[in-house]
Amino acid sequence: MATRRDFIKVSAIGVGGLALAGSSYGLLKKVIPAVKGNEKAQKVIPTRTPTYCEICFWKCAAWVHTNDEGKITKIIGHDSDPHCNGRLCPRGTGGVGMYYDDERLKTPLIRTEERGLQVFREATWDEAFEYIAGKMKKIAVEHGPECVALFTHGSGGAYFGHMLKAYGSDNIGAPSFAQCRGPREVAFQSTFGDLVMSPERTDIRDTRCLVLIGSHIGENMHNGQVQEMSDAIDKGATIITVDPRFSTAASKSKYWLPIKPATDIALLLAWIHEIIYNEWYDKKYVEKHTYGFDQLKEHVKDMTPQWAYGITGIDPNVIYETAREMANASPAVIVHPGRHVTWYGDDTQRLRAIAILNALLGSWGRRGGFYFPEKVDVPKFNHPPYPKPKRNWRDAFPGMYNLAEEVIASGICDATIPVPERECAFKGWIVYGTNLIFTLPDQQKTIKAIQNLDLMVAVDTMPMEITGWADVILPECTYLERYDEIRVSPHREPYIALRMPATEPLYNTKPAWWMAKELGKKLGLADFFPFETIEEQLDWQLKQMGTSLDEMKKLGVKKYERAADDLYLDENEPFEFNTNTGKIELFSTAILAEGFDPMPKYTHHEEPPEGFYRLNYGRAPMHTFSRTANNPNLTDLMDENTLWVNPKVAKLWDLKNDQYVKLKNQDGFVSHTSIKVRVTERIRWDSVYMVHGFGHRQPQMKRSYFRGASDADLITRVHVDPIMGGTGMRGNFVTFVTENLEA
Amino acid sequence: MREEIIVSGRMNHLIDPYLQIWHWPIPFYLFVGGLAAGILFFAALMTIRGKEEQYTAATRYAPFIVPFLLVLGLGALFIDLNHKPYFWRLYTTLRLESPMSWGAWTLMVVTPLSIIWCAINIRYIFPKWQWPYEWLKNLDAFFVKHKMTIAWVMIISSTILGIYTGILFSAFNARPLWNTSILGPLFLASGLSAGAAVIAFMGKTHLEKTTFAKIDLLIIGIELFLIIHLFMGFLASSQVQIEAASLFLGGEYTAPFWIFVVFLGMVVPAILDFLELRGYPIPTVLPMILVLFGSITFRFIIAFAGQASRYLY
Amino acid sequence: MRYAMAIDTKKCVGCSDCVVACQTENNVPIGYCRDWVVEVTDGTYPQLELEIRSERCNHCSNAPCVRCCPTGASHYAEGGIVLVTANKCIGCGACIASCPYDARFPHPDGHVDKCTYCNHRLLEGLKPACVSVCPTKCMYFGDLDDPNSEVSRIIKKRKWKTLIPEAGTSPELYFLI
Ligand SMILES: Nc1nc2c(c(=O)[nH]1)N[C@H]1C(S)=C(S)[C@@H](COP(=O)(O)OP(=O)(O)OC[C@H]3O[C@@H](n4cnc5c(=O)[nH]c(N)nc54)[C@H](O)[C@@H]3O)O[C@H]1N2
Ligand SMILES: Nc1nc2c(c(=O)[nH]1)N[C@H]1C(S)=C(S)[C@@H](COP(=O)(O)OP(=O)(O)OC[C@H]3O[C@@H](n4cnc5c(=O)[nH]c(N)nc54)[C@H](O)[C@@H]3O)O[C@H]1N2
Ligand code: SF4
Ligand code: SF4
Ligand code: SF4
Ligand code: SF4
Ligand code: SF4
Ligand SMILES: [Mo]
Repeated sequence: MATRRDFIKVSAIGVGGLALAGSSYGLLKKVIPAVKGNEKAQKVIPTRTPTYCEICFWKCAAWVHTNDEGKITKIIGHDSDPHCNGRLCPRGTGGVGMYYDDERLKTPLIRTEERGLQVFREATWDEAFEYIAGKMKKIAVEHGPECVALFTHGSGGAYFGHMLKAYGSDNIGAPSFAQCRGPREVAFQSTFGDLVMSPERTDIRDTRCLVLIGSHIGENMHNGQVQEMSDAIDKGATIITVDPRFSTAASKSKYWLPIKPATDIALLLAWIHEIIYNEWYDKKYVEKHTYGFDQLKEHVKDMTPQWAYGITGIDPNVIYETAREMANASPAVIVHPGRHVTWYGDDTQRLRAIAILNALLGSWGRRGGFYFPEKVDVPKFNHPPYPKPKRNWRDAFPGMYNLAEEVIASGICDATIPVPERECAFKGWIVYGTNLIFTLPDQQKTIKAIQNLDLMVAVDTMPMEITGWADVILPECTYLERYDEIRVSPHREPYIALRMPATEPLYNTKPAWWMAKELGKKLGLADFFPFETIEEQLDWQLKQMGTSLDEMKKLGVKKYERAADDLYLDENEPFEFNTNTGKIELFSTAILAEGFDPMPKYTHHEEPPEGFYRLNYGRAPMHTFSRTANNPNLTDLMDENTLWVNPKVAKLWDLKNDQYVKLKNQDGFVSHTSIKVRVTERIRWDSVYMVHGFGHRQPQMKRSYFRGASDADLITRVHVDPIMGGTGMRGNFVTFVTENLEA
Repeated sequence: MREEIIVSGRMNHLIDPYLQIWHWPIPFYLFVGGLAAGILFFAALMTIRGKEEQYTAATRYAPFIVPFLLVLGLGALFIDLNHKPYFWRLYTTLRLESPMSWGAWTLMVVTPLSIIWCAINIRYIFPKWQWPYEWLKNLDAFFVKHKMTIAWVMIISSTILGIYTGILFSAFNARPLWNTSILGPLFLASGLSAGAAVIAFMGKTHLEKTTFAKIDLLIIGIELFLIIHLFMGFLASSQVQIEAASLFLGGEYTAPFWIFVVFLGMVVPAILDFLELRGYPIPTVLPMILVLFGSITFRFIIAFAGQASRYLY
Repeated sequence: MRYAMAIDTKKCVGCSDCVVACQTENNVPIGYCRDWVVEVTDGTYPQLELEIRSERCNHCSNAPCVRCCPTGASHYAEGGIVLVTANKCIGCGACIASCPYDARFPHPDGHVDKCTYCNHRLLEGLKPACVSVCPTKCMYFGDLDDPNSEVSRIIKKRKWKTLIPEAGTSPELYFLI
């Protein structure tokens, strides 16, 4: 137990940082006298170091506390960081478990048997790099360096990205686009000429009406949003939640619209109809800033609440009332774009409808709506120019997905499976911090792609499923044990944050920057790595930014001033949007140019066949995807997922609470592991629900091995968004398997 | 449908999914405590009534088991403690509101008392017994002289001990099944019944055997009456107590309770006692074993079922 | 002084940050917890209500656990906080059995453990760990005897309940409803 004495020490150390940060003066006053009386405290070396959290992509800045033995004790949010305001989410607080997980990867491994059999030998770092560099050189000669791709979903990926570009490939993809935010970014870009970004530019703090369409904030624990939603509740904002499941957010809402899955576009169009035909839209704003209002008005002419009722099952009066609530709050209203929005394949169009609704309500660029974020740039250091790649992933999809501004990770996977028409399929993958087996839909396809590779490298901290398929596994130390790039992220005001090691790496693990540099050297790319140490590089960069590594070690985060006072649109000034027309495009010229509907239409999606239920999935607040399922602190909170089943369905199938079942999908795929039934009214009778990220099958991870089931096992049917290549994953149907559950 | 779940936390060892903090040692400790109390009670009672000579098993022989029982009981209690090095803390304070505390202190009184009782009665077992030292002899003489006083202290303290074995549970509001004032008298009765059965078995004379068979019969009658009251009380009470009672009325503990405790541990020995009094040749060991078995099972079941019963909120 | 905590069930999202923060702050061994989160759903789809509560020791002002403790290890400290002195505790389990909320547990070291309202932090003028980490800021802590403390004010302003009032323990943990 932390004793009073321990505490004083911790505070004493904090004094330096606090004094510099100039915050919390009250605390300072209280602490100093206590320190004076305690000589021992003054001798202790610093016991808190800055970091930013890596358990999800919100990247909250924090302090890592260590005790006098140098052991990490706790991680506490940084008071002056706007991502967290001093409060981490449960995953961030439980981040210590990532460090203490004794089932981590501990040393480099090289495959000795057939790929996928998971037989490895321990190797030195040098051997591992030698092996990888050898293969990469061979691929470069035989196929061209463009045939190596990087999948990355984590801070250190940037270093591998730099290395790969130096090597000659720009095929660098993250699952956070085509499996996640892609459709909303494309939809908002084509509407407002700008992205939603991360952290989302939603001004939830000051909103008067927040509309959540399947965005389950509260379970989706993206910290700043959760905090601001709570502030909004305090201030009496109206929350409207559209979700077929009674989500946590739904339970906090004034209106919960229990929509029939896959019908959101109809509801959105009906809302647009109500707002236009009741003349509730922001007339001045629409007139001044938008393009295509008349076409839109004509387009939604017949899309009445009555019409939508037949499709969505939502009472027309409720549609009318909620539209009026939004209009009353306008422009301080947010129809939230959501984040994981790759659902049914027409996702860009659904997000377009959301963007249009926001435009009509005048919320873009308004207080309580969407603000204009700002970030600072980290200066790039000098290095030889990157070679120009001869091809890239787009060549595999001629004429398609032109609006996609990022690489489609699933597309790289598709283009790895050789077909006669394609000149070069991908031959090498470097997979940094993404568990593709759980992350990409259609596992069979991912595995087939991997089996076609000449080189497969996994950089990870845990022996996750993806590492089992690698030729070489590079064990990274956790974020608590390393430096990474300076965190810059768009916010109301620009902030930067430093991550530095709180302790030496455990085992034979290394940080990404070191791996990328050493591998780069082996590839003959030493020129691209001009700095001897990461400290030098960071210090150089920070000095360009008016601070230094030393200062940042004490501050943790630093705030910059906005270049101009333009957080919101200036009502009196003209504004040019970055679209073809310079206006907010209610009618999208860019989407039309690609040959798609310029205004969203409702299309009917397939419904579950007799005896099947739609597979719905989401987040649990205490876990992140599949990455935390073995974290001892977080498994303490939740060690398996459950299958939510409506009582009516449970009765029909004679399912009882806590009974284990497997699931079989429409294509005959059966979940590898079984899952515990939770009979609950919170889910509709036409769906079942589970939290994504469980059902691990790696025996090395004992806490998570065979705990719960993975939705990824059952997502074999993918509805690809024709506009931007997003992989719609919610069109899968499952039925229960109650026999032969072992194995 | 109402659904109440714990979404996180609460996997505490011995607390979740239901309380299991007390294992065999506590019911065992309460059983031997009750039995000891029963024997001492009758020893004292017969002495006070001046029937020492007629009821020698009660007054002279059976009490010799008691110190052993009490030591076993204290041993069991000790085993149950999770923080053993601090055992002595029990005797640094007397806390009247804590049944554990006054139980410990009662034992502190009863145990030496039972040893003294054995000491002054040892001459009847070993007629040639001589105390080695003069001061021991004097002490012996002193106690013999004050036998009556000791008997009075003993009858009171053994009653407290007997009741205590029930109060230890019934003081716990938190466990609806225990939260009834009937448990005190019921456990006292159970202890007395066990004591009576042992004495009946050890009885040397027909008079002693039949008297204690009668006493046992009477006490069993009282016990059955109390059990009926217990359940009537539960069923007439709040929802949580109805749920608690349902553990015995259709729930998990129904069969063990009604078959082992009530039928085998009370009804059958009562019939045997009755038959014996009617003159049938029943070996007294039979009712004794059944009564002891019933009594110990009763305490185990109450201990475990009580922990499984809880407030719903 | 009378310390109390109030938790707003209208804002709590059940994220369990309070549970893990307590664990790291108080060095609660893995596998144990001093606080926990309960979720109650009522009704039939789609007419539903959900109440989420972060629970812990209620620091009852009429605490059965203190009463039944044979050694005085369980006691009231400054501000009515119910504490256990580890080296007075014999681990008899009586207090555990006496708590209607199952808020106590046997620490693997032998003594009984439970929520302390983070009194080591209070001494330093800080809020309890769970309160200061909660992302929804739905927990309020302070002195009920001080009418200006945030907990006094919120309790005056809002409807609240305590858990199992019929057990007669007089909890000092309030749930805003
Ligand atoms: N079926 C299904 N698929 C989905 C989703 C879903 O809900 N269901 N969600 C989609 C969404 S929204 C997203 S954003 C993606 C997320 O996809 P991923 O980011 O791939 O998610 P994780 O499963 O958490 O895999 C992360 C991997 O990174 C490793 N890792 C963690 N920390 C570090 C580190 O510091 N360094 C290194 N080198 N590795 C680290 C973990 O051990 C793990 O192997 O998944 C998408 N795919
Ligand atoms: N704790 C935690 N928080 C996280 C993450 C995490 O792993 N853990 N991951 C982060 C990341 S990268 C992302 S992308 C976000 C994802 O989080 P969000 O973007 O908030 O959510 P989604 O996964 O898109 O949607 C899940 C919700 O959609 C509902 N839903 C399902 N089908 C439909 C439908 O047809 N219509 C409507 N209206 N709703 C539907 C589900 O019932 C569920 O409540 O979460 C982020 N936050
Ligand atoms: S939201 Fe939580 S997991 Fe994500 S960065 Fe912040 S503290 Fe870490
Ligand atoms: S941390 Fe706050 S929001 Fe999360 S469960 Fe605890 S009380 Fe509720
Ligand atoms: S909640 Fe339980 S442990 Fe806490 S004071 Fe009340 S009775 Fe004691
Ligand atoms: S376990 Fe410890 S704190 Fe609890 S009643 Fe026994 S001695 Fe007191
Ligand atoms: S007040 Fe402190 S000890 Fe109590 S639950 Fe909160 S963090 Fe844990
Ligand atoms: Mo995502």
